[in-house]
Order: sequence, then structure tokens, then C-alpha cells
Amino acid sequence: MNFDTIAAISTPMGEGAIAIVRLSGDEAVQIADRVFHSPNGKQLMEEKSHTIHYGHLIDPRSKETVEEVMVSLMKAPKTFTREDVVEINCHGGLVAVNRVLALLLKEGARLAEPGEFTKRAFLNGRIDLSQSEAVMDLIRAKTDRAMNVALGQMEGKLSKLVGELRQALIETLAQVEVNIDYPEYEDVEEMTIPHMIEKCTWVNKEIEKLLKTSAQGKILREGLSTVIIGRPNVGKSSLLNSLVQENKAIVTDIAGTTRDIIEEYVNVRGVPLRLVDTAGIRETEDIVERIGVERSRQVLKEADLILLVLNYAEALTEEDHRLFEAIEGMDTIIVVNKTDLPAKIDLDEVKAIAGNSSVVTTSLLEEEGVIELEEAISSLFFSGTIEAEDMTYVSNARHIGLLHNAKDIINDALIAAESGVPVDMVQIDVTRAWEVLGEIVGDTVQEGLINQLFSQFCLGK
Amino acid sequence: MPNKYEAGTFDCIVIGAGHAGVEAALASARMGANTLVLTLNIDMIAFMPCNPSIGGPAKGIVVREIDALGGAMGKVIDKTHIQMRMLNTRKGPAVRALRAQLDKVLYQQEMKRILEETENLTLHQGSVDELIVEDDEIKGVLTQVGAIYRAKTVIVTTGTFLRGEILIGDLRYSSGPNNQMPSINLANNLRALGLETVRFKTGTPPRVNSRTIDYSKTEIQPGDEEPRAFSYETTEFITDQLPCWLTYTAPLTHEIINDNLRLSPMYSGEEVGTGPRYCPSIEDKIVRFNDKSRHQIFLEPEGRNTEEVYVQGLSTSLPEHIQHRLIASVPGLENARMMRPGYAIEYDAIISTQLKPTLETKKIRGLYTAGQLNGTSGYEEAAGQGLMAGANAAARALGKEEFILGRSDGYIGVLIDDLVTKGTSEPYRLLTSRAEYRLLLRHDNADLRLTEIGHEVGLVSEERYAKYLAKKEQIDAELQRLRDVTVKPSPLVDEILAETNSTALKEPMKGFGLLKRPEVTYNQVGRMIPAEEELTADVIEQVEIFTKYEGYIEKSLQQVERMKKMENKKIPEDIDYDAITGIAMEAKTALKEVRPLSIAQASRMPGVNPADVSILLVYIEQGKIAKVTN
Repeated sequence: MNFDTIAAISTPMGEGAIAIVRLSGDEAVQIADRVFHSPNGKQLMEEKSHTIHYGHLIDPRSKETVEEVMVSLMKAPKTFTREDVVEINCHGGLVAVNRVLALLLKEGARLAEPGEFTKRAFLNGRIDLSQSEAVMDLIRAKTDRAMNVALGQMEGKLSKLVGELRQALIETLAQVEVNIDYPEYEDVEEMTIPHMIEKCTWVNKEIEKLLKTSAQGKILREGLSTVIIGRPNVGKSSLLNSLVQENKAIVTDIAGTTRDIIEEYVNVRGVPLRLVDTAGIRETEDIVERIGVERSRQVLKEADLILLVLNYAEALTEEDHRLFEAIEGMDTIIVVNKTDLPAKIDLDEVKAIAGNSSVVTTSLLEEEGVIELEEAISSLFFSGTIEAEDMTYVSNARHIGLLHNAKDIINDALIAAESGVPVDMVQIDVTRAWEVLGEIVGDTVQEGLINQLFSQFCLGK
Repeated sequence: MPNKYEAGTFDCIVIGAGHAGVEAALASARMGANTLVLTLNIDMIAFMPCNPSIGGPAKGIVVREIDALGGAMGKVIDKTHIQMRMLNTRKGPAVRALRAQLDKVLYQQEMKRILEETENLTLHQGSVDELIVEDDEIKGVLTQVGAIYRAKTVIVTTGTFLRGEILIGDLRYSSGPNNQMPSINLANNLRALGLETVRFKTGTPPRVNSRTIDYSKTEIQPGDEEPRAFSYETTEFITDQLPCWLTYTAPLTHEIINDNLRLSPMYSGEEVGTGPRYCPSIEDKIVRFNDKSRHQIFLEPEGRNTEEVYVQGLSTSLPEHIQHRLIASVPGLENARMMRPGYAIEYDAIISTQLKPTLETKKIRGLYTAGQLNGTSGYEEAAGQGLMAGANAAARALGKEEFILGRSDGYIGVLIDDLVTKGTSEPYRLLTSRAEYRLLLRHDNADLRLTEIGHEVGLVSEERYAKYLAKKEQIDAELQRLRDVTVKPSPLVDEILAETNSTALKEPMKGFGLLKRPEVTYNQVGRMIPAEEELTADVIEQVEIFTKYEGYIEKSLQQVERMKKMENKKIPEDIDYDAITGIAMEAKTALKEVRPLSIAQASRMPGVNPADVSILLVYIEQGKIAKVTN
């Protein structure tokens, strides 16, 4: 049986020090070879089956090193799917693993549907019949719930943007089609190559913009940027350590930023958090004083989520009130820490000031209340109240892959158009780009074009 | 009811002799099946009730495909046209298409003569009232006069005749096209046999007398000077062509329509069938596109021996007295005398998802339907289906294998796959945008695409097949030669290149690479590295197209390969969709109705999403594995 090559992250997201991205299909080895570079220059294609290789993944387009990896090579038929399988062991964590996956999708793999590896194993006769019911369930299974909700929030915006691009393309397409099917119909302007180039260039720029948001993205790729603030000695570091310990954070230094800004990534019940500027918190514990400093204001402004820590054992101070003012209107969770000490704070007052923000009481020292805090984070995120101003539209690796694909196709169209290929041939590529973009929003029906044709033009002969 | 009598036994009976019927009968007879054609009126064979024109984008390619499969349409056009034009010449080769204006009467006469002269074919005037069906299998037909004809297969090609009704203003009367007799008994019989129908509508414009047209107010539209032909066999070309003429609606035309809309059956609240969007009545055009100040009107002669002129673009079902005023409002037609009024016609169409890709009904074995009856419009679409139904009916009668064209084989394949897989909610017209592999489905290569397969099933003569093989060999040899032979830089080469402003050659280069330059023609390369023998224009055309568009053609071929893999995954005919858990309800309903033959066909169905297709695939593979392990 022949199938295209699929790829997916095979380990749970954001947890564990190592993650595995798996490729399966006829072209698994070729695709891996395109991005994998071993120190001694060996090609996986020429290596023996069931061997493991050290090297780097390099993006063939940008020549940028994406990851340091170990690659397991397993050639058909003695593999899980009975197809050629390549497993790429990379650093765990959202950023690394998503970049690896995105790279493979760019190089021609298709994102596996849920359960598709198992399905292939079954179809290729690897798994016995008794498991077929489970396979059915797997195919029907939704992606991880948390992921789905997170995506759902963003897909509305993405659909709208992609919808606009598709509309621009389909109007162009309809015009070319009318020129072809009704050559004597003169009320419509002849769609010429310069027109086509103009439209395609515009669409490509827009796709690039979208892809840029994916490259700098937050959610899933970088997490929700989260800032912990509070007066000195209220337990900010404890909160940080607690979240990190609970959720096995991976410390990553981001290329292009200064070394002293360390960001911690944690996965709280499916919500990826990026704890920003935590180095600062650790070093000085003086974020209150720095509130006045422009840079800190900037950090706050860019945050998607604020964790404001108050001291249970002290009454609210003027500084606390200033902090409340500074974060007004932002998505905030109030953490009242140190419940192991006698209460001095007026919780009713805190709740009144907090308004819609949830208030959680904790004793980080005695590890109490952390679960409640995590629940608060999770419910805030999934109930859709968080709306960061530039919440990334494109975070899903499948979408990124499709956008790259569409961009490449339009580039082909542009090259063809500029080298004198007739407009109706260039159109073939543009139609394909329109379909690929349609896969993002789940609509590729050819009928759409025909409907456009008839609604846009009054046709006769 | 007259006394019944046994009137004969045939392999295949074709009911109707319109464009679908004649190609069906000819194909069946060519395959060697003893074929009977029954038609209401032998004088109306291959009648064109609407425009006197055949071909155009997509449709013209269908005519070429019919010709490549041995059909008659192309040959008859070549003998009886009054004008021919190649359209889209400034665009790429994939969308070029021929269109002819016909002499309607000559066309009919020529087609009738061909039917009369064809071996294995009996032509008889008669009106079929009933189909004889036993145990869901066709056995024959019964005519109005009581004649019983027995047959292994029957093809119904009754166009718009089934319960046809003509609408003009508030007048509605039972009629076939152009006031011919409608088929009412047969329509009722088909429904009684369990075939589901839908009410469709189409229309035609008024005709006027040419002697009363002031052509000075119109633009002339001549045919091409270069000789053109649809058939690959045509060697004699008609040079004496008649022009068409172009004029426009005037503000007064729009005013008259807006003032009288309530008199049009479509806008008076009258219930009417679904009409085609691509061929709107003038009422529709003006209502739906009211920002347009004028619409094109083409004046097309109906023949050489008549003054009757078809007023293309003025299709209407307004009352006749309004039609008189409409005509007079058009520049050039101020004093034109109407010869026949325009009208709309409503008719029963078979819901086409009840058909298999062979055009056999799923319900009754051996019964086929083709043409406008299946919900299409256009002479070409009808003829293409007719040919396929004829070939399949004959194949069934003779115990041969069925004959199905895929979406990558031809526009005929696209047409039939759309009909049986997706169905249609309006009269269906072929468009180039319906073909996903249109670069492969060109006007120029219909013979290369279809002769082999046509010959295999017995539709194409040995002589024709031999010609095709020779042409193919020449093309392949020349392509190979261009790949092998190097062009070296020289003053002569540069001089030839300069003719089309192509840059001078710096390094030696294969002829193939040089011909890839968009501005370089085969003629130029041929002078640099001459072929041993001179090639014909159609061979050169193929060599040029293949060389210049190689990359695109390869891409399309890869797509076809991918599709074929899924096409090869057959769905068992006896599959029980209710037994499959996990397929969405909507998909299940659609699958049960259409009963697709392959996974590819299932995936093209509206309402069937990829997850459903996956589950179906697993289910089928599961059955296979189970069989192996048992």
C-alpha cells in the first residue's frame, strides 16, 4: 500500500526533557535527509536500518540550525507502521519540538491525523483485527481537548484572514475562468499577467505576514507570556519555583536576546506559560521599584497574564494599590500567599479591588493552593477571557505547513507569470494555492469557484 | 390500446434520436451490437432546438473526444458548418477550443444519412410508452402502436420531452421543444418504475428574419480564415463562411423588461423548474445585474438556405407582444420581423446520482439514460453521454467489459463523474473550471488520449488506430531527437533567434532546452537542427506543447497518479454502510444513495469528509485482511 509521508510529535507536549517527532511513509528517509546533517556528512539513505545517528537539523532554505538531534532510522517492513520510519529525538518543550515538526512539514511531510500511525500499522497488516475498533475510535478522536480549545480561540481570526486571501484569489480565478469559458464576454476585463502578478504578490506578502506571526508566536510556540509581580518578600520566587517544579520547566535561552533574560516555559494543564523576565525577579526582587522604569512597564504591557502576589500576613499597602493600578484592565490572577501565617490582609477588600479577576490563596511554603492556582490559570485561558493584543493567529504546525505550501505554490505561479507562461497555466498554480489555503479552514470544494463565476458575472454565449 | 405484436429482438434499443440518441446508437452499432433507434419523428433527428452552434471552451473539446472515439458529431459539423472559429488563441494550449455555427437543416440531413448508412443500425419512427422490466432487469419496450421490441439493453435519451411544458407569458402548454409532441406516458412509466425525477427549465430566444435586420448598426463577426475542422479525419474544409453579428441591448430594452417583469413566468410567482445560471434569460440578466447598462446580443444565421436568425442573448419567456417590443428596442433590430417567439421549457430530468458511471440505472439492470434527460444542457454534453451509454449498453449486451472514462481521460469523464457522484441542482454545463486536469485534457490531444482505449473497446476502426500509432511514434521520436541533438552557437543560430527577439546562444544547448524558451518556435529550432523528414503541423504542435509545458504537464500527471491510487481502491458493491460505525450520518446517507465505486469517488462526494473516507478505507481493508486470514 502506498501512502504519503506523515509526521507528528509522538511524545506529550511540553513535558519531559526529550521529545520525539516521528515520520512514516515512502519518503520518510528522503525528507529526513533533506534536513539532517551529521558531523561526518553521512546520508541516512545509505545507512543500515535500525541505527541511531547524531547530528543537527538545518533548514535548507535559511541554512539556520534548528535543533541538535538524535535520529533513529528504521526501514520498512520491520517498523511500527511497516513503512519507513524516522524518529527524531530532540529537546523537549514546545519551541524546539514545534520547530522540528514545522521544518518537516515544510519539506513535504503531511501532519498526521490523530491516530494515523496506528491506522497505518493496521492497514499495513501490522496490528491484528481485534484492535480495529480502537483504530476507528482513534480516527474519530479529537485532538487533545486543551489544544482544541486553545486553537479554537485563534482559528476564528485565522479563518477570517485566510478567508480574505482566498476571496482575493477566487475573484482573480473567476475572472480568468470567465475569460476562458466566455471568451467573447466583453464586460469583464481581461485578466492579464500583470494583474495576476499584482494579486499574487499581495497574497504572498500577506501569507508572509501570517507566517511571521507564527515564527514569533506566543501560544503553543512560545506560550502565554506571564509576569509575576508583587512587593519584595511576598513569595514571587517561591511561586515561580513552585510552578516550575510542578510542571518540569525547560530553561531555554532564546536566540537573539541577551543572555541575562531567561525565560521559563511551563505547561500548566495544557496552557503553555512563558514566565517572562524571571531572571529579573530572581536577581533583584525589586520589580515594584522598577514599575516606574520604562522597560518594566513594557514587560507588563506585553504580558498576556499577570500573577499578582500579595502577602496574607500583612495588610494591603500603598505599593499593592499601585500595582493594582498598573495592571488594571489586564488578565490577572491574584495570589494571596503565606496562609501558613496569621491573617492580616482584608480578603474582602482584595476581592473587591480584584473585580473579575480570580483570587487564590496559597501557602507556597507548605505547597498548598497550587492546584487551585493552576485551575484558575486553566479556566481563565480556556473560557476565552484572555485576549492578548497580538495573540498569534498561526500556531498550529499543520497551518504553518499549509501556509508555507501555499506560499511556495504562489511563488511558482509568480515565476511562471514573469517568464511568459500563459495566464491560464499560471492559474493552475493559483487554483492550487486557493485549495491549500482552503485546507486550513476546511473548505476546498471546487463548486465554490463555479458559484463565484456565476455570481460575479452575467454570462451569455 | 391497440393490439400488441412482437416487432423484433435487438441487443440495444435507443429511445430518441437527438444528439445523445444518435451517438448512443452509432456507438452501440460500431461495437457490433444489433441496434434499434426509436424516435418520435424521423425528420427531427439531431435537431437543434436552441442555438445553431456547437463547441466552445470545454464543449468543443468534448466534440474532439467524441471524434477520437469514432463518433459522428465532429464529422457532421465539418461538413455542415457555416462558420468556424478557434477561441482563446491568445491563451495557453489547454484552453483553446473550436466553435462552429451550423446550418441546422444540413446538420440534421447529414446525421440522418449517417444513421441510415450504418451497419447493425435500424431506424424506426415510433413513440415508446412503456419499458418492459422483469425482476429489475430491462427486457424491451412497448410503443404507442402496440409494437413490442425485445432487447438486452435500452437507452433512454428523451431530452426535454418528458412531460415537457412550454411557457410564454402566462401561457403554459404541454409540449416538447419547438412544439413537438411531448412524452407523457414514458415519463409516467419511468417514475412508476421508481426513477426519481426533478423539474428543470431552460429557454430559447426569438428568431427574426435576416432581411429585416439593419446590419449597419451591428459589428461583423467573421469566421477564421485558417481552415478548421473538428474531426481528425476531415481533409476537405469549407471555405465559404457566413458571418455572425454583434449588437447590444439598449436602455429601452431594460425599461421594457423592468416594466413587464410580472408577465414573465419566472417573476410572476408561477412555480417553475430550476433554470441554468450560465445561460440566463434576458429577464434574469437585467434583474440580477441591474448595474450593467447593456448586454451583448449575437445575431447568428440558422443556415444557408434560410433567412432565419437566432437572437443569442435574448432568451425570454415574456409574452409574445412584449417580445416584439424587446426586439425592436435593440439597435439593428428596429424593424426586424419575428419569425418564432422565445419560450421557456420545463421538463422532467432524472436525478443523476441514480446512475452508475456507465450511465446504467442502479435500479434497473440494462437500462441506461443519457443526455439532457440526465440534467445536463448542451448538444455536446448530450452527445458525449450518448456515446458512453451506447458503448456500455452494447458492451453489456455483448458480454464485454464496461467502459468508463476517468476525470483525467477527458471532459466526458469529468461530466459523467460529476453527474453520478455529485448530482446537479441546475441544468449542468461543462466548464473548463470543472476539470482539475485541464492541462492534460486539451483540444489538441483528444486523439492521443482516447484512441488507444477507444480501439480496445471496439469504438475505433483499425485504420484510425494505425494512424494514431504512427502519429504517436513521430511525436516520441522527434522529442527524443530534440533531447539528443545539440544546437551549437553560430551566426546562423543567432540570426534565427533574433527573429523572435530571443537572446543569442552562448553555450551549446540541446534542441529541447532551446525550444523551452517561450518565444522560440519549433520552426526556428527545426531550421537550426533539421529533422530528417518534414513533420505535419499536428505533430509539431504536440512537440511544441510538450516541450514548453513539460513542467506543468509533469505536475498534472503526478496529481493524476495520486488520484489513481485512490481510484484503484474499490468499494465492494454489496457494502452495508449501516454496518459501519463511525461514519457521520450525513455522509452515510449520501454514500447509501450514490454508492460510489471507489474511495476516490467517495472522497469527491459532497457531505463526505476525510474522516469518513478514512473509516471507509479501514473498513474495506479490514474486510480484505479478514478474508486473507480466514
